[in-house]
Amino acid sequence: MTSLPQTTSGKRLGLVIDLDVCVGCHACAVNCKEWNTGGVAAPLTDRDPYGQDPYGVWFNRIHSFEVSGCGSSRTVNFPRSCLHCEQPACVTVCPTGASYKRAEDGIVLVNEDRCIGCKLCSWACPYGAREFDNDAGVMKKCTLCIDRIYNEKLDAVERVPACVATCPTSARHFGDLGDPNSDVSKLVRERGGYDLMPEMDYRPTNKYLPPRARRIEAAEIGAAPQLAPVEPAAGAGFLGWVDRLLSSG
Amino acid sequence: MTQRNDFSDPPVATNAKVADEVKYTTCYMCACRCGIKVSLRDGAIRYIEGNRNHPVNRGVLCAKGSAGIMQHYSPARLRKPLLRTGPRGSGEFREIEWEEALKIATGWLSAIRATDPKKLALFTGRDQSQALTGWWAQQFGTANYAAHGGFCSVNMAAGGLYTVGGSFWEFGEPDWENAKYFMLFGVAEDHDSNPIKIGLGKLKTRGAKVVSINPVRTGYSAIADEWIGIRPGTDGLFILALVHELLRAEKIDAHYLARYTNSSWLVIQDEGAEDDGLFARADGHPLVYDRNTKTIVSAMDPNASPALSGEYTLSDGRRAVPSFTLLARRYLDVKYSPDAVSAQTGIPAATIRRIAAELAHVAFEQPVVIDRPWTDWAGRKHDTMIGRPISIHAMRGISAHSNGFHTCRALHMLQTLLGAIDTPGAFRYEPPYPKPIPPAIKPAHPAAPNSSLSGPPLGFPQGPEDLVVDDNGEPLRIDKAFSWEAPLANHGMFHTVIANAHRGDPYKIDTLFMYMANMSWNSAMNTAETICMLTDKDTATGEYNIPRIIYSDAYYSEMVAYADLVLPDTTYLERHDCISLLDRPIGNAEAACDAIRQPVVKPDRDVRPFQDVLIDLGARLKLPGLVKPDGTPRYPGLFPDYMVNHERSPGVGMLAGWRGDNGGSQMIGPVNPHQIERYIENQCFWRGEIPHAAHYFKPWNKAYLEWAVEMGFLSKPEPIFIQLYSETLQKFRLAARGHGNVRVPEKHRERVATYFDPLPIWYTPFEEARFGGDYEFHAVTQRPMAMYHSWGSQNAWLRQIHGENALYINRAMGEKLGIADGDWIKVSSEHSTITVPAKLMDGVNPNTVWTWNAVGKRSGAWGLDAEAKEAKRGFLLNHLIRDLMPPREDGYRYANSDPVTGQAAWYDLRVRIEKAAGKHERSEPVFATVKSPVPSQRPDVLRYGGRFRPTAKQ
Repeated sequence: MTSLPQTTSGKRLGLVIDLDVCVGCHACAVNCKEWNTGGVAAPLTDRDPYGQDPYGVWFNRIHSFEVSGCGSSRTVNFPRSCLHCEQPACVTVCPTGASYKRAEDGIVLVNEDRCIGCKLCSWACPYGAREFDNDAGVMKKCTLCIDRIYNEKLDAVERVPACVATCPTSARHFGDLGDPNSDVSKLVRERGGYDLMPEMDYRPTNKYLPPRARRIEAAEIGAAPQLAPVEPAAGAGFLGWVDRLLSSG
Repeated sequence: MTQRNDFSDPPVATNAKVADEVKYTTCYMCACRCGIKVSLRDGAIRYIEGNRNHPVNRGVLCAKGSAGIMQHYSPARLRKPLLRTGPRGSGEFREIEWEEALKIATGWLSAIRATDPKKLALFTGRDQSQALTGWWAQQFGTANYAAHGGFCSVNMAAGGLYTVGGSFWEFGEPDWENAKYFMLFGVAEDHDSNPIKIGLGKLKTRGAKVVSINPVRTGYSAIADEWIGIRPGTDGLFILALVHELLRAEKIDAHYLARYTNSSWLVIQDEGAEDDGLFARADGHPLVYDRNTKTIVSAMDPNASPALSGEYTLSDGRRAVPSFTLLARRYLDVKYSPDAVSAQTGIPAATIRRIAAELAHVAFEQPVVIDRPWTDWAGRKHDTMIGRPISIHAMRGISAHSNGFHTCRALHMLQTLLGAIDTPGAFRYEPPYPKPIPPAIKPAHPAAPNSSLSGPPLGFPQGPEDLVVDDNGEPLRIDKAFSWEAPLANHGMFHTVIANAHRGDPYKIDTLFMYMANMSWNSAMNTAETICMLTDKDTATGEYNIPRIIYSDAYYSEMVAYADLVLPDTTYLERHDCISLLDRPIGNAEAACDAIRQPVVKPDRDVRPFQDVLIDLGARLKLPGLVKPDGTPRYPGLFPDYMVNHERSPGVGMLAGWRGDNGGSQMIGPVNPHQIERYIENQCFWRGEIPHAAHYFKPWNKAYLEWAVEMGFLSKPEPIFIQLYSETLQKFRLAARGHGNVRVPEKHRERVATYFDPLPIWYTPFEEARFGGDYEFHAVTQRPMAMYHSWGSQNAWLRQIHGENALYINRAMGEKLGIADGDWIKVSSEHSTITVPAKLMDGVNPNTVWTWNAVGKRSGAWGLDAEAKEAKRGFLLNHLIRDLMPPREDGYRYANSDPVTGQAAWYDLRVRIEKAAGKHERSEPVFATVKSPVPSQRPDVLRYGGRFRPTAKQ
């Protein structure tokens, strides 16, 4: 078992994912794979890539599914990656200290030199965020693009996780959730951002923003439920109204 | 417990070098053409990301673009020119040298050019160099040229260009910054990928209401405020019912109609006359009734106050009415009421009434007013720009039906009635659009031996006299585009070429030369029979019915096996290209833009860019324009040379930016030999800003019109009036009624008279009308957002996302039919049957089944394992789709197409489904595994990027 840092900086870097605008396009997942297959956890191997059943390591996976009930149904696009929990069972379960939570920013990482490939962490993680690299025999996972966010060789604006930089609908936000005044913390407050499976008490750092209320009724945008037909005025002739509209300025 | 020391977190390489070289270029993973930044390490590709400064994608990049590395290093890449050795379709080839390949091609083509140039059919698919390929066909002298627009979206393009002088996607975009209500019709995920996603993010964040009208609730529909699961092919009825409601409540922008459209123009009412239904004119100008002077005056008279209603007497004593009167009379009819269309569309009448009320509310109660003065074409000054913040976008869901042209026109009519064309918050033109309606280019006729076409092979007929037909009214083109079968086939009809050439209807050809078009698989309607057409031989001569096929592709696609000569192309990261304003533009509503591709890496195979090869071939054939007077090649530097030095007209070339000696001119200016360097310095794109005062009301805005003339987009600074009533269509109809000098063959008369209605109409899609009763389901496809055509299936990453497809069925309907998830089902159309896996879902119209397009692959193709799941379980719906409609009573067979534009009507498909008996593991039909000329290079494990891994010290 591995202990969590006893003192931390208070910084909790993470993601805020907006389910209101996620269209399920997989841009984040593929760009993540592309960056990270050459990054600190490289490579993100693909087994049987051109064969019958290709299967690779992905730090971010998108699930599109329907939720039905009470006579209604909706399609949900749900991106899933490591939530960099405050109480990560994947760390505490690790027998070698390979899994660890960084004191300085809360990022959960794997030290591959220490990983024995026992997979206890993937059993412990209720979010399915761990990815075992069969080829290397070690566990891998989202690094929050630690090799981007501090990387002085990139332009300052590029120092965000690849998934955030590439997301076409701006459904992904990165920042310090330990700072109540950060943009991401404000977003969470304004939009009612929530934890996944809070009952597990792993206290995820990443938050999800729920879909905004859908407006279907006309009144919700201030309109009447239907237009009132205008009865032709006597003597105005067919379509006389249209020229009356023109005369009305 | 492993105790940790908080000060001893292991070192991580947080500051590692990413690139030793960065190059900017343009993506080609779909048709969107985003700017990309490519990071290279030791000459290999480390990372591809969106270019933050690029006008198309502004830094974001989709799944396809991000998977470009895998496309580039695909094991399906061809290595060297191939000459067929086995029978067609066997996949047996021998590799040959380029010199031999080019000599063979030159020999075949020069013989054709010397005898009958139209016997070369040059058809390109996902070609982004049509400004070159179309011009090349013109130099060669064959009218038998087109790209893939005929089966993609010509209905949208033609519907727009014949109505508003622009169209959705490439010629216009929603006002993402100001729209308050957004209607998205049909599947849109596959075109304009990143701009629409960026825009949706903005709309949702600003709180605009998003309404998706689509039989399937996936992708963008999933995040809409409201999803309307319409029955396929009935969008036109829904739109016309909205028009009905707006007219009945007098909720239209009458001022906009009077000022910016032809609503006030007087239409001659003289039944039986040769000019019945045409505009009354004097001195060439249409006429209006001026309510002030109570006289008939020119529509160009800026002082007139034109009437939209009433009936007037022309100077010759005949009656005429403003065209709006005809429009209103038609759509006020109760047959367009919400109650009347509800059952057909599957949309409750109350919903239609509510949407109409919402549109009227947003348009007229919540206008967007931008405090920016502007002056219109007549010199009238306006203090502000007032807009109707309704934006609409539509693509294939409307386009790929046999009633798509009119439905698209109906949509533009709805926008126009609301005053929602190029006003703040509405649909906005992207330069070089708006263009005159229709654009002034006419399609050329075939040329005589050893001569060129008189103009481009594709264009915009303005009347029957512009058709490409012989004296008997019979088609002159192999695809029958611009014939009476499809008069406004502006993009050609690629989908008919193989069937027509096979049958020799209207004539036999010699060589079919194709580029990036998977016509033996996912780009064909009726795939199984198309394969037979490619391999059929003439029993008398023993020769193939289509004697020669030349094909260029970068990969071992299904089509390669059917070619006699294969010219291997490079990947998009290995070549120069040009995204020209002479071709399909990439600008936006506030700037004209173009772009280039530059080679980012060098090919490691003996392959050449198709564009280079075409220019080389042209010089070998001594085509005019491709050789100097002394017969030497005009562009010895091949495509990069052409991109810079070719002038279409004096000072106008492929690229608009940095023209002139010092690069100081844009759009028009002398050739700049350093132009490509300047593009590369500017991240491979050019952006020409539209003046601020010209951002809206472009067709009537003096500042815009003058800018457009200066840029060469328009020849004169004259206003462009929206053509709700189409005189062009009426001219065809009059011809069909026997008027004029152009004879319409008897067999087409009724059809032309019916479908060339000058106002939008709706009719039941042809397949439904014919077979709907026995085949109760609509069957449609969409392309997944993470894939583009067949390219995705070879991509090691993307195929993990969409490796197989299923037929999706409405859950309640499936349960009623006793079908469960994972069952195998037989899907039958009147034409054919397939057996495929099924899946149930809630979010699909109950009368509709659907699947992902082009996921199914032929075993042996694309460098994949013969037992790849794409080949085993993946399937195409294409087998069920007819290319030709069954014979009419007189035996005549029309293409399965829109009767106006010839657009392939592949969304018209009707099927029935039943649970398949017995055990199944493979989708059917099953095709034999094709041999691959590409050696097997399939690693058991792909470790791409491992070499870039930084050490902890970095």
